[in-house]
Amino acid sequence: MRPGDRIFKNLTTGAGIFVVILIGLIGLFLLLQAIPALQANQVSFFSSVWETGDSKNLRFGIADLLAVTVATSLVALVIAMPVSLGIALFLTQYAPPRLARPFAYVIDLLAAVPSIIFGLWGLLFLAPVLEPVAQWINDTLGWIPIFGDGNIAPNIRSTIFTAGVVLAVMLLPIITSLTREVFERTPTAQIEGALALGATRWEVIRTTVLPFGKAGYIGASMLGLGRALGETIALSIILFIPVGRTFDWSVFDGGATFASKIASNYAEFNDVTSAGAYIAAGLVLFLLTFVVNFAARSIIGDKKGD
Amino acid sequence: MTATIPDADRPAVTPAFQQVSLARKTKNGVATVLVWLAFLIAVIPLVWVLWTVVESGITRIPYTNWWTEDFSLVLSDEVGGGVLHAIVGTLLQGLVCAIIAVPLGLLVAIYLVEYGRRTRLAKVTTFMVDILSGVPSIVAALFIYALWVTTLGLPRNGFSVSLALVLLMVPVVVRSSEEMLRIVPDDLREASYALGVPKWKTIVKIVLPTALSGIITGIMMALARVMGETAPLLVLVGYSSFVHWDMFQGEMASLPLLINNERATNSMTEGSVGFERIWGAALTLVLIIALINLAATLIGRLVAPKKK
Repeated sequence: MRPGDRIFKNLTTGAGIFVVILIGLIGLFLLLQAIPALQANQVSFFSSVWETGDSKNLRFGIADLLAVTVATSLVALVIAMPVSLGIALFLTQYAPPRLARPFAYVIDLLAAVPSIIFGLWGLLFLAPVLEPVAQWINDTLGWIPIFGDGNIAPNIRSTIFTAGVVLAVMLLPIITSLTREVFERTPTAQIEGALALGATRWEVIRTTVLPFGKAGYIGASMLGLGRALGETIALSIILFIPVGRTFDWSVFDGGATFASKIASNYAEFNDVTSAGAYIAAGLVLFLLTFVVNFAARSIIGDKKGD
Repeated sequence: MTATIPDADRPAVTPAFQQVSLARKTKNGVATVLVWLAFLIAVIPLVWVLWTVVESGITRIPYTNWWTEDFSLVLSDEVGGGVLHAIVGTLLQGLVCAIIAVPLGLLVAIYLVEYGRRTRLAKVTTFMVDILSGVPSIVAALFIYALWVTTLGLPRNGFSVSLALVLLMVPVVVRSSEEMLRIVPDDLREASYALGVPKWKTIVKIVLPTALSGIITGIMMALARVMGETAPLLVLVGYSSFVHWDMFQGEMASLPLLINNERATNSMTEGSVGFERIWGAALTLVLIIALINLAATLIGRLVAPKKK
């Protein structure tokens, strides 16, 4: 091998290896910085207190953060999943071929809007519009615990519900683009076969497109979930953190997710010990998103067959 | 008897060209309406968000001092000043991030396409790039904090923000470049080898230029994406209302950080100074992102291989 070739090959391979190591480094460094704080922690890491102001007496647990993170992401997924499926079907099966590409581009534009803008828009413009909707859900379905009065009940703007709706909008382009890609690969022979048997367009979709693309759609939704779990600034703008009250299992609760908690307490990062508590929370978030992304990629990878 | 025949092999019981029953027609109609509705539902927030940004942000943007001054000499509730300091910070942090992320991402993509084809390491790398693209921005920020501030004992500054952005930009660059390199026809490579050109020179002189337009487009889009990130800024640098050029020392503004800072310190009611600043900065950010995207398309077209 010529020296130029050897150098270039080693350089590119090194870059590849570096990326692989990087993931390990992220986990390692977060762990190393979390350990001192975890050792100094006076309460269980799985409780729901969070008092890190006094670095001599650290008291922090992740129960509440985990619950709110999962709740917000689930609300977002419940809204985003059917809509994304609809858009993907629209773009691949319904839209005139000439318009499908520009339409897809329009949806992708949503991904280019910075999340801080979604946060501001959600709080100042969307939340007032959602308020009567939330009130109506609360009035009519309030007997179901998840729609009951939350821990910030009278002030139902900065709730998990509002946050979930905004998050759903942010997830649309992610879930849609991947689902669309899978749907586009439905074998034409199958579609034509169904059509030849006299199936209506919906029946074609139900019998060929959906079964073929199901795994890809689920994988795409899990990718969306991974994104939702880690969304930071939009949620820290929208969610209101009630004083002295914890998560109540209602969508009209306030609270903080892992990411929004870390982001809204950036002032405490001047103290390395207090920062350790947040790094511990960040480590849990990292592991959570790692597992979700890992699962999503495995599903999509299987479907792509490579 | 019929039960033993597999479903697929059984002859159609009913003639295929039958009239479509009302139930089937209705279902089909409902599905069509729902699918169109889903698309409209997605377009509403997009139009709404963009309209909000333009309508609320337009107040101060047309004045020259918005683009040429900073907020250092204006009070928080005083009309006047501009966001030059934040524009400088955003562009500077983005640029430094790109200087690190682009070569790194490009090398990884070259490895995956040219050297690693079907090897175990390439598979692992692809997988890790995918995982890296799922790492939340706040986790990237915490990692850089743990590395830069706690372990190395260096101060929080603009450069550490750029490092965190690198983590977010690299996977996007790798993915888009990889895709572009893959569609370069193998004939080109083989023709070059046949002429005795070394592999590395083939890659640098033949493969990369062929894929260049797509690669540049991908890079610029990735850059536009990371410039709107806020989370790393909160953890890794403080806000300053002065124009600040030093990446390695002191506080540094940027548009998302300015928005967040004004949001925390000012009233956000419509028509107030805080409101105008926040949405003015938001519109400025969206304009910059749109400009970069536009430039990406134009440059992509300019350097695209000539077709007959």
